[in-house]
Amino acid sequence: MKAKVYITLKPGLLDAQGKTIKSALETLGFKGVADVRMGKFVELTLNHGSASGAKRDVERMCKKLLANPVIETYRVDVQK
Amino acid sequence: MKFGIIVFPGSNCDQDCVHVLKDVLGQPTVALWHQDTSLKGCDAIVLPGGFSYGDYLRTGAVARFSPIMGAVTSFARDGGLVIGICNGFQILLEAGLLPGAMLRNIGLQFICKFVTLRVERTETPFTNRFSPGQVVRMPIAHNEGRYTVDPKTLREIGGQVVFRYCDAGGQLVDSANPNGSTDCIAGLTNRAGNVLGLMPHPERASEPELGSSDGRLVFESMLEALVHA
Repeated sequence: MKAKVYITLKPGLLDAQGKTIKSALETLGFKGVADVRMGKFVELTLNHGSASGAKRDVERMCKKLLANPVIETYRVDVQK
Repeated sequence: MKFGIIVFPGSNCDQDCVHVLKDVLGQPTVALWHQDTSLKGCDAIVLPGGFSYGDYLRTGAVARFSPIMGAVTSFARDGGLVIGICNGFQILLEAGLLPGAMLRNIGLQFICKFVTLRVERTETPFTNRFSPGQVVRMPIAHNEGRYTVDPKTLREIGGQVVFRYCDAGGQLVDSANPNGSTDCIAGLTNRAGNVLGLMPHPERASEPELGSSDGRLVFESMLEALVHA
């Protein structure tokens, strides 16, 4: 079973990397970019019987280590 | 007074701290490996700068789960003096011993230079040798130093801020805030006042040969507080 975790800065926090990427894209001529948020992607391979149990576990991992709740939000996708 | 410097894999300012405490201040000083679980009777603990665990995931995120951190957390909760410098500050934030978090510097550059700081509080165990509002010089060297905290917490921690980035005249202006930190915050304590985190490096400014001895007052303050405890 695989779990994919997407971690991004909370909305409202200035994302200096995202802002820089956006301006680089504009320099390249991509004018339609309204905003860029830079984040992290973590892929986990799990030995888990149930998808719901796996999701619960990964959410606990996010709260404890993978994301910092002060500055980040996360989304977990579990795939069989 | 016995000082303990925690050494994580990737710490690189640990020996500078040992040098200042042992050779400059003349205090018994031991290095404590991150795998240890005892603070070996130390009276104060230093979490030094560096790149613990290669800054993987987030700065300080992995180091905070090192075996030694259980002992450091208990020591801090019991009122023991703990100072986290640069990466040490980041570890204290990740461990929840101090409020807030660090983001990439606003200009996305690693900044290594001397900065000027305003001393906001002098009644702490880390700043009793400074005078109120004193402007001091210490170097910074970091990539993730933009101190960030939610607005509600920011209101609560106003009285805990010990150092702010300022210009030479002590004014808090954007041009003197090197990394874009909220409210120019360069260092703060916990509510009880026994845990300090700061991004500037006092151990790199503890002897005149290094361009400033202002940082030595931080360690001398700790010594003063311990002697009179």
